[in-house]
Amino acid sequence: MSRQTSSLFSAALIAPALLGSVRKLDPRSMIRNPVMFVVEVVAILTTILFARDLATGGTNLAFSGQIILWLWFTLIFANFAEALAEGRGKAQADSLRRTRTEMTAKRLTGPGRAYEMVPGPSLKVGDVVLVEAGDLIPSDGEVIQGVASVNEAAITGESAPVIRESGGDRSAVTGGTQVLSDAIEVRITAAAGSTFVDRMIALVEGASRQKTPNEIALNILLAGLTLVFVFAVASIPSFARYAGGSIPVIVLVALFVTLIPTTIGALLSAIGIAGMDRLVRFNVLAMSGRAVEAAGDVDTLLLDKTGTITLGNRQATEFRPVPGVSEQELADAAQLASLADETPEGRSIVVLAKETYGIRARDMAGLNATFVPFTAQSRMSGVDLEGSSIRKGAVDAVIAALSGQPMASRGSNAALAFRTAADSQAAIEIRTIAETIAKAGGTPLAVARDGRLLGVVYLKDIVKGGIRERFAELRRMGIRTVMITGDNSMTAAAIAAEAGVDDFLAQATPEDKLALIRKEQADGKLVAMCGDGTNDAPALAQADVGVAMNTGTVAAREAGNMVDLDSDPTKLIEIVGIGKQLLMTRGALTTFSIANDIAKYFAIIPAMFLGLYPQLQTLNVMHLASPQSAILSAIVFNALIIVALIPLALKGVTYRAGGATALLRRNLLIYGLGGVLVPFVGIKAIDLAVSALHLA
Amino acid sequence: MTFDGWIQIALYCAVVLALVKPLGSYMTRVFTGERTFLSPVLGPIERGLYRVSGIDARQEQHWLAYTGAVILFHVLGFAVLYAILRLQAVLPLNPADQAAVAPDLAFNTSTSFITNTNWQSYGGETTLSYLSQMLGLTHQNFLSAATGIAVAVALIRGFARASTGTIGSFWVDVTRATLYVLLPICIPYTLFLVWQGIPQTLAPYADATTLEGAKQTIALGPVASQVAIKMLGTNGGGFFNANAAHPFENPTALSNFVQMVSIFVIGAALTNVFGRMVGDERQGWAILGAMGILFLAGVAVTYWAEANGSSVLNSFGLTGGNMEGKETRFGIAASALFAVITTAASCGAVNAMHDSFTALGGLIPLLNMQLGEIIIGGVGAGLYGMLIFVIVAIFVAGLMVGRTPEYLGKKIEAKEVKMAMLGILCLPLMMLGFTALATVLPAGLAGPANAGPHGFTEILYAYTSAAANNGSAFGGLTANTLFYNSTLAIGMLVGRFLVKIPVLAIAGSLAAKKRVPASAGTFPTHGGLFVGLLVGVILIIGGLTFFPSLALGPVAEHLEGAAGQTFAAGG
Repeated sequence: MSRQTSSLFSAALIAPALLGSVRKLDPRSMIRNPVMFVVEVVAILTTILFARDLATGGTNLAFSGQIILWLWFTLIFANFAEALAEGRGKAQADSLRRTRTEMTAKRLTGPGRAYEMVPGPSLKVGDVVLVEAGDLIPSDGEVIQGVASVNEAAITGESAPVIRESGGDRSAVTGGTQVLSDAIEVRITAAAGSTFVDRMIALVEGASRQKTPNEIALNILLAGLTLVFVFAVASIPSFARYAGGSIPVIVLVALFVTLIPTTIGALLSAIGIAGMDRLVRFNVLAMSGRAVEAAGDVDTLLLDKTGTITLGNRQATEFRPVPGVSEQELADAAQLASLADETPEGRSIVVLAKETYGIRARDMAGLNATFVPFTAQSRMSGVDLEGSSIRKGAVDAVIAALSGQPMASRGSNAALAFRTAADSQAAIEIRTIAETIAKAGGTPLAVARDGRLLGVVYLKDIVKGGIRERFAELRRMGIRTVMITGDNSMTAAAIAAEAGVDDFLAQATPEDKLALIRKEQADGKLVAMCGDGTNDAPALAQADVGVAMNTGTVAAREAGNMVDLDSDPTKLIEIVGIGKQLLMTRGALTTFSIANDIAKYFAIIPAMFLGLYPQLQTLNVMHLASPQSAILSAIVFNALIIVALIPLALKGVTYRAGGATALLRRNLLIYGLGGVLVPFVGIKAIDLAVSALHLA
Repeated sequence: MTFDGWIQIALYCAVVLALVKPLGSYMTRVFTGERTFLSPVLGPIERGLYRVSGIDARQEQHWLAYTGAVILFHVLGFAVLYAILRLQAVLPLNPADQAAVAPDLAFNTSTSFITNTNWQSYGGETTLSYLSQMLGLTHQNFLSAATGIAVAVALIRGFARASTGTIGSFWVDVTRATLYVLLPICIPYTLFLVWQGIPQTLAPYADATTLEGAKQTIALGPVASQVAIKMLGTNGGGFFNANAAHPFENPTALSNFVQMVSIFVIGAALTNVFGRMVGDERQGWAILGAMGILFLAGVAVTYWAEANGSSVLNSFGLTGGNMEGKETRFGIAASALFAVITTAASCGAVNAMHDSFTALGGLIPLLNMQLGEIIIGGVGAGLYGMLIFVIVAIFVAGLMVGRTPEYLGKKIEAKEVKMAMLGILCLPLMMLGFTALATVLPAGLAGPANAGPHGFTEILYAYTSAAANNGSAFGGLTANTLFYNSTLAIGMLVGRFLVKIPVLAIAGSLAAKKRVPASAGTFPTHGGLFVGLLVGVILIIGGLTFFPSLALGPVAEHLEGAAGQTFAAGG
């Protein structure tokens, strides 16, 4: 999928959208949208009446003709909004579809790697295929044998290859992606037509779009309001007759169409499609619109510590020597011991030594040094130099080694390192320092040189920059954050406090996670989480918003209702924001649409009844030029406002994280009060244009 | 407008506000089944009633069963009342020898009283026997008010409860509303009214010879007891045709003041019951706040219009306020205030003739009813009508905080919206639909006493009053005809039941839902912002529907009048 940042109204999108908006006039597709369907019915009826008048020579044909023209424009503008939203998705779907060119597959037929060539679409669930370097993976599946690097740019847009291997949490492969090196055996898990890419295409095109619960309820409200205005308008002819006059049908139609909530009716589905589209642009696939709505409603976010709240690895942040040893000396020894240590912790020690004490990297070969790697048994690593030996490792392991207990792996040089072992005073000091560090959520690493304890390197889980502010933001939005970690509760509490999460779940097992979600839900809360492993699947399925990582297992991807193609757990926060933005846009335009009615009444009612009671001219507060221009201006405004709001519907209203009160005040002011005032200005402006052009 | 007039209005508001908390607290105890200071006396009576009628007070009802009970109760009430009216000539307590009530009038009157409308196509003292008044009408005055309260309490339970299948027992609610709320207030209230000079007697009408020597029959009867409940239960059906303008129904300025207070007191206190039962009194105050803003705006307009008088008369040099159709013992301020109160609540008692109000002064009572009488409203009915608007307001604007709409922790979803819209739709259908019919059919056109916009307003007012279950008459309209009796009765039935049933459905659906805990992201529904939003939605959705009809009625009359155009009597 190309990551084009196309503007909202690029020419390539507009032409097909215009065509689509005419095609969508088909009543069979219009009926999905009750408000606009009603508009279409009156447009058709008035067109027929107009044709009759044209044949028989009625009066005021120019005026009626213009009103009818604008009725059709209203419909086309509404369709245009939807077609444009769909078109943006289609552009993405087309690039996806290119991956679905004729594919052949190597289906394994027996033991060994004997295979037959079969067309990709003929594969069935359970078939096992061989995919070698350069081959496209024919369908979604699970790696059951081998390891390979795979280019998933087709779905993620990310060109760096990823590793896929059997077993573990990275076994899922997606049809349409390409194996770059090695060969893997894949068991097919999706039949042709129901693969991940197929679903993506359907989703972004809006083909499989179903109305969400909130959209259904909103449609009921809009249909109800339409009925209210049917009553209001349908009773007018008898009232007028009582007053000794009559109102032309076309004027009644104009009043009716301007009063019913056409603005939100026209933009409702475009808002929904655009919301899904925003997620897709964010590289997140929502399996249903319902999931996006639920994201806006989330009350509790479960976030994994590693990778979401903290950077993946612990880093050295401080050297803490025992009394009598200088920081410089400790740093020097620690740096020497870590020079050849390729672990992230080791590298971070070298970096810290350089940054704080200016100790530069030294050439290991020149020092005649040998690196002693970490083993699970020794729980230490270090370096042996000529006549000197340095070790760093878990505090207990280093002290134990110093106290002279026999260690099988210890060589002659190692014996040198622990020569004066009974340095118990230093051991006590070390333990005190280590305890302080552990309490603060860090990991202490003891360093010893030639049998002397020098001090401790403070390894720390580094909380991601800016994450604390994000959590504060979430708290203002009323969302509770819970950190999930395998650490013990002391460490977890320290990191939780530093990151500013509201709560934490320490030493968490998948069962604990599931239980926590159930407990929150029992309190009426909506829970969002992300996960990748098979053991996350039950929790992902239970959560109201479950975001599966694209790198995750098939089970995890099936269980969640969203997939993050970038496999970035931090995105959960953005997903919530997108969900909220979708709901806010819907609410803002509904409010705006309904608030518009006041001005429309003041435009049309005096114009309509002027013949009956001339003094009603007083109600013409906008001083519109003539009754006909007032009515025409109202219907033109009603149509143009749809076009004017398409960018807002597609981009969404500006969303600033904050409390509900502040949000409501701001939005009520803009879309409520604005909705009352804007049409007064707009209708007046159109009236000036209409009378200047002598249209009415 | 005078300083004195505004003092009366301010004093009125202060007294009603002062009563909200104590009465709200008491009613909350009543409807949550707690002990009250009246329990030692009323408890045995209550339990006796349950034993006699075979009701288990602990047995709660699903909303469908509750609705079934409400309907059954009304059907039986209707049958009894209709029978009494038709048979009053042969029944006792008929000193004035009233004949049987005609079938269409009996149908209209029975419907009118079971729906808490109390539309009067009849003239009390010229049509009904004492038995009809006491056993028929007063009886329904209590019960129709009690059912309104019961339904409101059931809806409150819907919001207050979570994950449960029942919304209370109708039989218990209606019993407790009558026994613990209406009766204990009515007894001292009746005595107060008797002290003020209202008759309470079974003696026949008195004959008097006036100073000029003419013979005059003075109608009497058990008036005080009926007036008490007619006001407290927002019924409004007067013992006499002139209703609260009649000196025997409303003799003094003090009785007038107390009657006005009694119209609002239960409806206002129910907002407090709502707040208490959902666990946050501020929610109740917010609702009362929205009601209060609409009420004060209405009072200001009506009082201003009446105090300024008619522009046509002003042009003849007859300056000063409009006293036509008003009682001198009440004056302009108290008459304008009464008119707004009686139409804001679904009372319908009148102490002045609304037909004689200025065009704009009469517009507000009309608009109050068109909004669905949600400004304090009928006992119970006002609160549940307002909560329907709350649901719509929350649904329209609730999304703007970025969450799907919720109110008091309950998600507002398709079912609630559907039912709320049904409740809102039936009012304009009845009010505008029947007015449209009556303004073209000869049978309808025979009704109004005036031509032009004023005649139109007379018809519109009648159907609005019926569908809103108000019962006040604009006057001028000859409504005791087959056409008006039957169409108005249909309006009353639809206006009552097609609101009540959806409300109970909403109650059932809400009670079954889980409660979403409030957070900083929750739509705040107890502050000024929400009050403003609610008022806006009520005016736009509830009010704008009637813009065309108001433009052709009172607004046209006002503007034409200001220009010197008048309309000849006829019709």
